[in-house]
Amino acid sequence: MTNDNIKMWTELGIDLEKHDNLLNALGPIFQEIYLSQQNRPDGMAFFDFVVGDIHGIRVRELRQQAKNGGKVVATYCVFVPEEVVWAAGAIPVGLCAGTQFSVPIAEEVLPRNTCALIKSSFGFKLGRICPYVESSHLIVGETTCDGKKKMFEILAQHQPVYVMEVPNKKTRLARDLWLGEVVAFKDVIEELTGNRITADKLERATRQVNNRRRALKRLYQLRQANPVPISGKDALLVTQVSFYDDVNRATQQINALCDEVEVRVTTGEGAFTKNAPRILISGSPMAIPNWKLHHILETAGAAVVCEESCTGTRFFGDLISEDGGTIEEQLKAISERYMKINCACFTPNQERLNDIVRLAREYRVDGVVHYNLQFCHTYANEAVLVEQTLAREGIPLLCIETDYADEDIGQLRTRVDAFLEMIGR
Amino acid sequence: MISAGLDVGSRTIALVLLGGGVTDSAVIDTGVNPLERCRQLLADKGYQQLVVTGYGRYLVASALAGEVVSEIRAYAIGARHLYPDCHTVIDIGGQDSKVISLSEGGAVRKFEMNDRCAAGTGRFLEVMADTFEVAIDGLGGLALGASRVVQINSLCTVFAESEVVSLISRGEEVAAIALALHQVVATRVAAIARRIGFKERVVFAGGAAQNRCLERLLSDRLGVEVAVPLKPQLVGALGAALLARQGRKTI
Repeated sequence: MTNDNIKMWTELGIDLEKHDNLLNALGPIFQEIYLSQQNRPDGMAFFDFVVGDIHGIRVRELRQQAKNGGKVVATYCVFVPEEVVWAAGAIPVGLCAGTQFSVPIAEEVLPRNTCALIKSSFGFKLGRICPYVESSHLIVGETTCDGKKKMFEILAQHQPVYVMEVPNKKTRLARDLWLGEVVAFKDVIEELTGNRITADKLERATRQVNNRRRALKRLYQLRQANPVPISGKDALLVTQVSFYDDVNRATQQINALCDEVEVRVTTGEGAFTKNAPRILISGSPMAIPNWKLHHILETAGAAVVCEESCTGTRFFGDLISEDGGTIEEQLKAISERYMKINCACFTPNQERLNDIVRLAREYRVDGVVHYNLQFCHTYANEAVLVEQTLAREGIPLLCIETDYADEDIGQLRTRVDAFLEMIGR
Repeated sequence: MISAGLDVGSRTIALVLLGGGVTDSAVIDTGVNPLERCRQLLADKGYQQLVVTGYGRYLVASALAGEVVSEIRAYAIGARHLYPDCHTVIDIGGQDSKVISLSEGGAVRKFEMNDRCAAGTGRFLEVMADTFEVAIDGLGGLALGASRVVQINSLCTVFAESEVVSLISRGEEVAAIALALHQVVATRVAAIARRIGFKERVVFAGGAAQNRCLERLLSDRLGVEVAVPLKPQLVGALGAALLARQGRKTI
């Protein structure tokens, strides 16, 4: 930890003692979970580096942005249209909410029976331990679940928060509402930045974000190979880092990684053997540094080959039309793309069930693990439908409900081991 | 040739040794140093292969050169060995409850476990036995002697204990409260069994299967007579020993 970092964190009002504890805990965990993996692609070095200096170099860039008069917009959800933020010259940054570390702090205020993701994100603000939160000028929330919705009201007591209304159905009326939300969001961002979003700027931003989507999609498609050329943990990390890194740099790094992984596919080099059971994970998001389920699965001998998740296919699936056009036409195209995200907040949500079956086939998986964050009611209840669907399709399914704490690792290992024995390859 | 199966659970460690048939078996408390306990248990046993199951399986197997298997598979194998017509296994252990559905060939078809806490497990009943100041062996008998029925709503070990305390302070019959606690567990486990779609024969195993009241209530709830092996807490260790005898995990 350099003195420069400490100076920067002090300026940001970070609680240095708590923050030290967090970073000191993160190092060994990353070592154990990531750096101990065998035969990783060299291209992971960039992502390791970014995590190794997780609150340093990128935060410095955001600070520089602020010093130059620019704005930083923090988000929690894949529904927030980041194109609009980039187009206004602001920087969007996806906040992490994936550690138990900040949960007890949040529980001083929020009810205990709230999902870990909500508690973790709120605890970061309350405890002043996340320099990304402290560097941001606006936090953009959304209405994908009731817990978050109310948490944002409380969060707004500490920092400016703007909430976008994500509808719960995909009807004509709902689409109109969402289009209105996207247009209103553009106004909010223009007002925040003082910059007007022109059609040209929006088109450029759309292409940039689309390019990152293409790069991630390319990486995922390479995971369809057997043996799988990259571990699920590594692929998850790439996605997680993409949430807060610069969009162009992330795209470039992912593509460089893909070039290398492509060679691996050609030469049949794998992160696991051909016989490793192939697993699709589906369900709640895994915000950095939540690597718990991937780690349990992959140390038990399975290979995670795809994530149907907000930290997976829901993040990069579907592109926005690059035909340009007027600002209104582009905003409409943006709103249409985001309405294709099959989040469990929608009813009905048959499209997600179709996605799971399709991905299970495309990635030639031996089984699906449904991941549910405890107290995430939408995904928990939708799991019943997932179970019915997969039973019909003859695809084995294991449902896991957990949070960020480690006390249930023994039980999870038992379930995972038994599941892998059951689908045995 | 002797094959050893160890089930290193959260509350007890069970050992089964197989020669032609079962040549030796034991159940001891897990304690705070399960590896040491296992070493003592296996001393001079002269076994050739070892398979370890239960929560301590990785710790013990790596130290004692054994192989590992999940409890779920171990219980399925053990129960099918004892009851060739077994299609469902209910295992209520110290730390969790499981319902396992077996295919015609005896493979694990599907399984369900309770969630992360001690709700509906053997540990739940242990805590309650402490509250009543009776030994865990005596809890089932106490409940079977109830002259009336009361209701307990909470499955949570902590909340149920406070419900029990308030029932005691109201002067409620202790046996009736004990019965209510068994009903909570039986209802919960029967719900898991229904969810998974149980088929006869249903074998009830694990430490809690020694409890006659639980056996009766489960049979009532499921509408079938559950079969309880002579030593239900050995079923997992037996499954592990059978795997060890095969030399590999090929059963």
